[in-house]
Amino acid sequence: MSATISPSGPPIVEVAELARSFGSRPAVASVTFSLAAGECLALFGPNGAGKTTLLRVLAGLLRPTSGSAKVCGVQLPGGALARSRVGLISHHTMLYEALSPRENVAFAARLYGLRDSRARVDDVLRRMSMLERSDTPVRSLSRGMQQRVSIARAMVHAPQLVLADEPYSGLDESGARALTALLQELRSAGTAIIIVTHNLAEGLSLATHAAVMQRGKFVRYDAADRISAASYGIAYREAVAASG
Amino acid sequence: MADTLFAAWLIARKDLAIEFRTRSAFLSAAVFALLGLVIFYYSWDPTAVTATDLAPGVLWVIFTFSGLLGLHRSFGVEMEDHAIDGLLASPVSREAIFLGKAMANLVFVAAVQAIAIPALAVFYNLPLGGIAVPLVVIAVLAAIGLVAVGTLFSAMAVNTRLAELLLPMLALPFFVPIVTAAAQATAKLLSGRPVIEASAWLKLLLAFDIVFVAACMLIYPFTVED
Repeated sequence: MSATISPSGPPIVEVAELARSFGSRPAVASVTFSLAAGECLALFGPNGAGKTTLLRVLAGLLRPTSGSAKVCGVQLPGGALARSRVGLISHHTMLYEALSPRENVAFAARLYGLRDSRARVDDVLRRMSMLERSDTPVRSLSRGMQQRVSIARAMVHAPQLVLADEPYSGLDESGARALTALLQELRSAGTAIIIVTHNLAEGLSLATHAAVMQRGKFVRYDAADRISAASYGIAYREAVAASG
Repeated sequence: MADTLFAAWLIARKDLAIEFRTRSAFLSAAVFALLGLVIFYYSWDPTAVTATDLAPGVLWVIFTFSGLLGLHRSFGVEMEDHAIDGLLASPVSREAIFLGKAMANLVFVAAVQAIAIPALAVFYNLPLGGIAVPLVVIAVLAAIGLVAVGTLFSAMAVNTRLAELLLPMLALPFFVPIVTAAAQATAKLLSGRPVIEASAWLKLLLAFDIVFVAACMLIYPFTVED
């Protein structure tokens, strides 16, 4: 099943009949949706459903096999222009262990063209409660702290689209609260968000749209006014059971 | 172009900062180079072959293999927690990533050369004073070619299970023309021939550098595409 819900503003993400295969194995198959500024899609599904692949296509790390995907009006793979609008939080922290959190985030800021980035770097580290440990080598930090730094790294350039792949993994309660507050603030400021999570409550608390993915396809896709935690719980469990 | 060079500089500076903190690859390469010189020295029969005949080969064999240690580390550092995804998802061009890596590797190889060349002079009692400048030119030209090829193959090999074996297997055949030209030019200088006699080899090195740098920079983006 695929669906398009008319966005309330110009679309940040437009995906039409998108497919991505690895050899003969389809990872994403015929996915269609769009998201406007300030909207958030919570994406649920069992392991191997294609959620991460979909995010990697939108981040410009994978080419679509067929169909089309646009980010901020730029057709993917759209090169530097599309990638500059996206903030990616991955399964992996994407950090350099020998560098400090400040150095990691400052490096990312400069890659994204922020010339005088010190204040912005301090701000995102403060938001994730990492300012006091900002000069400690990343390898000395716990997994949860590394995840906080990874989130700060993804947010430093104020992206128009945040792709968050299980961003709550490893975070303690205060880290999770800080992340939720940050994502809500970004949404209010017009950032579109796609969040992949196995925690229905976390995902639905932020979502304006929700989808359940199974074997590369959206088997359920709804806008906020039709999202019910109970029905999504059932759909999610069915998808997990069906994936074996 | 300015954006590409700036991004390459950022990446090179980051790689050098990591290497400066850990010193893992540099220490390995420097110790390897010195141990290699010692082994060659003690296996050398000065009555059978003169120092000026032996030294160029020793020098370039050592540079080649010690350089491989640093080249392997070059993309290895990006795989620690998939940091390469952060680079590839950023708006910097793939060419800038290649150039940045190559620039850091060039500094690395030059640093190993700065230790190995004086050590070679001491072990083999070679008077390098009069040929220091042309020798540095040869070393830099050869290092550029080695680094361009090595950086490309490091990127290709890093995702494989046998990366440490695959990198030398891929890179060494391409190193042969560079090492041959560098060793021949070094031999001319060490045997007291005028610099002009080595100029043909220097031109060949320059040609290899231009071809290898351009080709490797063009090919690199295909190694990171899915």
